[in-house]
Amino acid sequence: MTPREDGFEPGIDASPWDDEPSRRRFLKLMGASIALAGMSGCTRQPLEKIVPYVRAPEDLVPGKPLFFASSRVLGGTALGVLVESHMGRPTKIEGNPEHPSSLGSTDALAQASILDLYDPDRSQVVTQAGQIATWPALLGALSAALAEENASRGAGIRILTETITSPSLAARIRALLAKYPEARWHSWEPFARESAAAGARMAHGEPLNTVYRLDRADVILALDSDFLHAGAGSVRYARDFASRRRPGAEGRGMNRLYSIESAYTLTGAAADHRLAVRASEMDACALRLASELDVAAVRGRAGPSLGPERDRWMRALAGDLRRAGANGLVVAGDDAPAAVHALAHAINGALGAAGGTMYLTDPLEAGAADRAGSLGALLEDVDAGKVRLLVILGGNPVYSAPERLDFASRIAKVKVRVHLSLHADETSRLCHWHIPEAHWLESWGDARAHDGTISMIQPLIAPLYNGRSAHEVISAMLGEPARTTHDVVRAHWTGGAPAAKDGKPSAGAEEAWLRSVHDGFVAGSALPPREARLREALEIPVPQEPRDSGAIEVVFRPDPSTWDGRFANNAWLQELPRPFTKITWDGAALMAPATAAALGLEAGDVARIAHEGRSIEAPVWILPGQAQGSITVHRGQGRTLAGRVGNGVGFRVSPILPAGPGSHITGVEVTRTGARHEFAATQLHHDIAGGHARERGIVREGTLDDFRKSPESIADRGHAPPADLTLYPAWKNEGHAWGMSIDLGSCTGCNACMVACQAENNIPVVGKEEVARGREMHWIRVDTYFTGAPEADSVAHQPVPCMHCETAPCEVVCPVNATVHGPEGLNEMVYNRCVGTRYCSNNCPYKVRRFNFFRYADLETPSLRLLHNPDVTVRTRGVMEKCTYCVQRISAARIQAKKDGRRIRDGEVTTACEAACPSRAIVFGDLNDPASRVSRMKASPLDYGLLEELNTRPRTTYLARVRNPNPEIRGA
Amino acid sequence: MDRIEREARELLEAKPGVLEPGHTYASVTDKISAVVLSRKTPRSWIIGFAISFVLVLMLFYTIAYLLAVGVGIWGINIPVGWGFDIINFVWWIGIGHAGTLISAILLLLRQEWRTSINRFAEAMTLFAVSCAVLYPLLHMGRPWLAYWLLPYPNTMGLWPQFRSPLVWDVFAVSTYGLVSLLFWYVGLIPDLATLRDRAKRTSVRVIYGILAMGWRGSAIHWHRYETAYLLLAGLATPLVVSVHTVVSFDFAVSVIPGWHATIFPPYFVAGAIYSGFAMVLTLAIPIRAVYGLEGFITQSHLENMAKIILATGWIVVYGYAMEAFTAWYSGNAYEEFMILNRMTGPYASLYWTLLACNALAPQALWLRRVRRSPLLLFAVAIVVNIGMWLERFVIVVTSLHRDFLPSSWGMYTPTRYDWSMYIGTIGLFLALLFLFIRFLPMISIFEMRAMVNEGIEEEHR
Repeated sequence: MTPREDGFEPGIDASPWDDEPSRRRFLKLMGASIALAGMSGCTRQPLEKIVPYVRAPEDLVPGKPLFFASSRVLGGTALGVLVESHMGRPTKIEGNPEHPSSLGSTDALAQASILDLYDPDRSQVVTQAGQIATWPALLGALSAALAEENASRGAGIRILTETITSPSLAARIRALLAKYPEARWHSWEPFARESAAAGARMAHGEPLNTVYRLDRADVILALDSDFLHAGAGSVRYARDFASRRRPGAEGRGMNRLYSIESAYTLTGAAADHRLAVRASEMDACALRLASELDVAAVRGRAGPSLGPERDRWMRALAGDLRRAGANGLVVAGDDAPAAVHALAHAINGALGAAGGTMYLTDPLEAGAADRAGSLGALLEDVDAGKVRLLVILGGNPVYSAPERLDFASRIAKVKVRVHLSLHADETSRLCHWHIPEAHWLESWGDARAHDGTISMIQPLIAPLYNGRSAHEVISAMLGEPARTTHDVVRAHWTGGAPAAKDGKPSAGAEEAWLRSVHDGFVAGSALPPREARLREALEIPVPQEPRDSGAIEVVFRPDPSTWDGRFANNAWLQELPRPFTKITWDGAALMAPATAAALGLEAGDVARIAHEGRSIEAPVWILPGQAQGSITVHRGQGRTLAGRVGNGVGFRVSPILPAGPGSHITGVEVTRTGARHEFAATQLHHDIAGGHARERGIVREGTLDDFRKSPESIADRGHAPPADLTLYPAWKNEGHAWGMSIDLGSCTGCNACMVACQAENNIPVVGKEEVARGREMHWIRVDTYFTGAPEADSVAHQPVPCMHCETAPCEVVCPVNATVHGPEGLNEMVYNRCVGTRYCSNNCPYKVRRFNFFRYADLETPSLRLLHNPDVTVRTRGVMEKCTYCVQRISAARIQAKKDGRRIRDGEVTTACEAACPSRAIVFGDLNDPASRVSRMKASPLDYGLLEELNTRPRTTYLARVRNPNPEIRGA
Repeated sequence: MDRIEREARELLEAKPGVLEPGHTYASVTDKISAVVLSRKTPRSWIIGFAISFVLVLMLFYTIAYLLAVGVGIWGINIPVGWGFDIINFVWWIGIGHAGTLISAILLLLRQEWRTSINRFAEAMTLFAVSCAVLYPLLHMGRPWLAYWLLPYPNTMGLWPQFRSPLVWDVFAVSTYGLVSLLFWYVGLIPDLATLRDRAKRTSVRVIYGILAMGWRGSAIHWHRYETAYLLLAGLATPLVVSVHTVVSFDFAVSVIPGWHATIFPPYFVAGAIYSGFAMVLTLAIPIRAVYGLEGFITQSHLENMAKIILATGWIVVYGYAMEAFTAWYSGNAYEEFMILNRMTGPYASLYWTLLACNALAPQALWLRRVRRSPLLLFAVAIVVNIGMWLERFVIVVTSLHRDFLPSSWGMYTPTRYDWSMYIGTIGLFLALLFLFIRFLPMISIFEMRAMVNEGIEEEHR
C-alpha cells in the first residue's frame, strides 16, 4: 500500500467491514442506512470539495473580510469604493471615505454592481458569428484585419468607445491612433453629459467641466437637474447639500433649494420650492431668470413671459439669488439643453459664484472630440464605405442609439465588427466577434472622478469567465497581446514603459503607484480650477415668444434602476421601486393627472406615442408634479438580449429618440391603444396616502420659521404615551442599547440604503408577479408620500426599517419564541425557530416584516452562491425575516472590542443602510452612550417616533423635516 | 329580569311534538337502524358521496402541492398575512359550535327536543373541527414543525411562547376536538350495540361489536353510562364558550384596528352558535327529506332552531353596531378609518353583503310561515352560512389590508388554491358526513325510544 497524496491511508474507512457479520450489526447498519437515506432523500446534498490553501495569502484570516479600494465608473466618471472581500470573493461594496466623489457613501447602482459581477448571464466565451471561438482565433482575425489597413495607414479602422476619462486607456488609444494615423476614435453613450460640454463651449468657448461646492451655497437653483441623485459627483453633492439642511446645526445655516423641472426628480422633491415647467420651456425659463438678474451676456433679451404666477415666482427666486450673490448657485441638469447650461454659466458668472460655490476645470473626458455628433460621423463614414474594421469597446449602441440613426442595419457594411461587452447583447449579435468583458471588479484600470481626481480600479477576483478589458483589446491591436491590463496601467502610472529590464521602475514611482492603488486614487490629482472668461454675448437660440404650450412633449431620462439599459439584467435594480412611482420591473410613461385627463388616459392604459412617423407603446402611470403636457419616459428598458432578468421588461423608447442632441421631443401624438397593463408597484394608493400621512403624523414637517419660534412644535404631537404605560418591566440594556435615527430633512429618497441592505443581508429577489402580490422582500423600504394637493409641490420620503420596538407587538404573538428581545434592545428574529404563522407580521404596525412565501433564495445558480455574505443566514421558505440592525456587524465589532478589552466605540458599527446613505440621513449607534451621534440626534427637538401613540416605543426614530421656504412665495 | 328568565325557560322547555305520534319502540329502532343495515343505499347518497370524494381528492392535491412548494400558492401577502386559511378556520370552528351546544347545554337544560338532532349535530361538530384544524396546521410556513407549539420537554430547552394566543388556540381547539369526539363516541355506544345485535352479516356484527365495547345494556351499564354522559356534557359546556373566545383572542390581542376590540369574545361566540345552527338546518332539512325522517326531525325542531338563529342573529348584529359605534366614539383616527374603509373601501360590497345576509335575511324568521317552511328555512340557513363566512373575511382581510401606514397598504385576492382548499374542506366535511349517515345511526335510537316511552306515559296520564 502506498500512501496517498492527501495523507489518508487507503482502506482505513473500509476496516469496520472486516468484522464477522452478526444479526445485531446487520440491524444497526440497516437502521442507520435507512435513516440516512431518509434524510438525504429530502434535502439537496451538493458535492463539494474543500481545498486548503497551499500557501495562504498574507492577511487572509478565514471569516474576516478584507477591504480593497477600487472605483466604479459610470458615464465615464469614477466613484471611489471599498470592496469587501471574503476569502477571495467580493461580496459588498462600500464607499471610499477618502475619495472626493464618495466620502464613504455610494449610490444604489454602485451597490448593485456586485450582482452584475456574478450575473450568470454574463457572456463567458469569445464568439465568432455566434459560435464559440477562442481568444487566439480572435487575435488572428484582428491582426489580419489590421494588416490589411497597414497600407492605408489605418484609414478603415474605427474605434467606438463609451465616454472615457481613463488616462491610461486614452494614452493607449492614442498610441494606436499614432500607429494608424488615419484611424478614428468615436464615442457613444446615451447619458454622457454632452449638452453640458456644448453649453460650456457656448459660454466659455471650451467644453469645460463644472464642479459644484454645494456646502458653500446658500441659495441653489436646480435647472432640470437631479444633482442629488444622478450623474457625476451626485453622491458627494448629496452629502454637501445635506450638510446645510440641519436646522440648529453649527455653521452657515440652512441653504435654500429651488428646482425648475419637467418631472419630479429627487432633487425637486428635496427643494424648498419647485416649479414644474416643460422641458421645452426650460431655456425660456433660464433666459427669463438671466434677464431678471440683468446678466450682461443676454442683456436686452428678456425672454417670453411665463404667465403672471410663474413670473412672480421667478422674480422672488431672482431676488433670493441676487441677495445670495457669490453664495448663490445655478446647477443645470446633465440632460438639459446646451442653451440652459450656457445660461447657467452666465448666471453663475454674474453672481460671482465661480471659485466659490462652483469652479471650472478642464474636461474630464479624454479624446473623442465632439462626442455629441460622433456616432453620426461614424455612420456617415460607414455609409461611404470607408470603414472596414469597427471595434466597439463597451456600450450597446444597437439598443441604445436612436432608431432614426438606423445603427443596426448601417453597420452591416463594415467588414469586420468586434464588440467587447459584459453580456452577449443586441450589439454583439450584429458583430462578427464578441469578446466577454471583464467586470470592473475583475480588472485593472483608472478613471477620473467628478472633480478630476484620478481613481484606481483594482481587481478583487480573477475574471470569472476569462473576460478581457478594453486595455487588452487595444494592446492586441497594438500587436502586444501578451501585455496584461495590470502591466499597462502600472506602466502608465509609474512613468513610461513596461517594467524595465531589471523589472522595477524607480522606487519613488513604485511607491506612489502602490499608494494610489491602496488609497484608490492618486492624492492631489483633482483638476485645478480654471479661469475662464465668459463670452460677452451668448449666441443662444431662445425664442422670444412662448412656445405652443398645447403641444405634448416627451422627455427622455435615464431609468433610475437600469440607467441606459446596462443594468437591465440586474435583478436587485429591476426590483428596486423607482422613486415616486414605486413601480418595479417596468417602465412607464409618466404624466400629470391633468395631462392624462386631457388625453383621455387612465393609469394602466397602454398609450401609443407617435412622433414624425415613428411610435412606441407605453403604459401610462399618473404622477403628480409633472409639468402639464409633459410626458417622461425612461431609456434603459425593453431590452431583448439582456439576459433572463432583463429581457422583455418595460418598453424601448429608441424609436422616437431624437437623432441629434437633446433629450426631449415636442409635438407628439398620444392615443389610447385600448390595451391595459398591470404594474407591480410596492406602494399603492398614492392618491389618498399623502393626506393620511399628514393627519396621522407619519411624516412631520415644518418650516425654518416654525423651528425658530418653537423647535418642539414641528415634531411633538403630544402622542407619546407615558413611560410607565406598560404591564411589563422595562428592558435593562446594561451594555449597549442600539438605536437608529433617520433624518427626514436630509433623506433624498435615493434607494441606496435598500440595495445596500439587499447586498449585505442576502435578501432575495422575488420577480414581478410576486411584487404585484405584495411579497417583495426589502428589509428597508423608502415610503413616498405626496403631501401637497394633487398637482402641488410637496413630496416626503421616509425610509422604514424595523423599528426594534421596546414593547414589540410581534414578540408577544409569536407562538414559538422565534422573535425575541435581545439583551442590547434588538428585536431579534430566530430563523431556525420560526414556523411561519405570520402573526408577527400581521401585528406589526409598520409592516416591515417579510415572509418567504416560497423558497425565494437562489441556491442552485453556482455564480450566485459566491455572492452571499457568509455572515448572514440564507433564509429558507416559510420563514419570517426582517431588518436586524445588521446584527452581524454588531457582532464583529463586539468581538474586536472584546479582544481589545474596551467598549464598542461610536461609529464602529455602521449598518449597511447607514454606510451607503449619501446624505448621512441614517445614523446608528449606542443609546447608552449620551455622546454618541445617535443619542445626540435623538435629543433633538425634531425627534419623533413613528406611530409612537401605539406605545411600541420604537428604537428607530425620525427627525422631522424642516424646510426653508422663501416667504415671498405664497403657499410655501 | 325574572319575567325574561321565565319566558326564556318556557321557550326552551316547550316541546311540542318532538316525535311524531304513533311510533313504538320497534318502529323507532327499525326505522333508524334500517338506514345503516338493511335499506338499499339511495342513489342520492352515491352521487353525493362521489361528488364530495372528488372534492376530497382536490383537497389532497392542494395539500400536497402546498407542502411541496409553500404557502405562496395562496393569495396572502404582506400586509395581508392571513387570508382564506384563517377565515375558513374560524368559519369551520364556528360551525362546530351548534353541535356542542345542542348536545351538552341543551342536555343539561333537559331540552328533549334536542334528541333527534344531537347525534348528527355532534358529528357535524367533529367533522367541522377536523376541517378547521387543517388550516392552522397548513397555514404555517413550515407545517412540519407544528409540534413546536406543544409544550413538550425537548433538547432545545424551549417552551412555546405562552403569551401568544396561537398557543392558547392549540389548547382550546385540541381540547374541544377531543371532548367532542369522546362525547359523540360515548353517546354512540348503546346504538352501536343495537346495530351489532341487529346485524345479519358476521363481519358487520364483529365491527359494530368491537365498536360497542361490550355493551350489554345492563342496569349498571346504563347507570354508569348516564353518569359519564352527564359529566362529559358538563365538561363540554364551558368549551362552547371558551373555544371561540380563544379564537377571537387571535384577533383581539393584536394591535390592528378592526381586531383590537374587547367585544370580540361574546361576539364571536354568538356568531359561532348562529352559524352552527344555520349549518345544522342546512344539513337536517335535506337529510330528513331524503331518508323520510320527518317523523323524528319534526317541524317543531326546525322552528326551535330558527328561533335560536333569530336570537343569536341579533347578538351578532349588536356586535356589528358596537364595532361601528366604538370606532366612532373612540375618536381614534385608525379605528374610524377602519370602519369607513369597511363601509366604503375596496371590499365594501362584501361588508354590505354580509350585513344583508346576517342582519336582514334572518328577520324573515319572525314570520311563523317561514319558520315552518323547510324550503324557506333552508334558504335562510344558506344565506346565514354565507354571511358568517363573509363576516370572517371582512374581519380578517379588511382589517389587515389597510392598517396604520398607508405606504404598506395592499390588497388580497384569493387564488385558485385558496378556493380549492376551501371547497376541498367542504368536500371533506360532506364526505365524512355521508359516511356517517351510511354507517352509523344518525339519530340516537335509544334516546328516541325513551321519547316513545314518555309519549306513552303522557297518553296514559
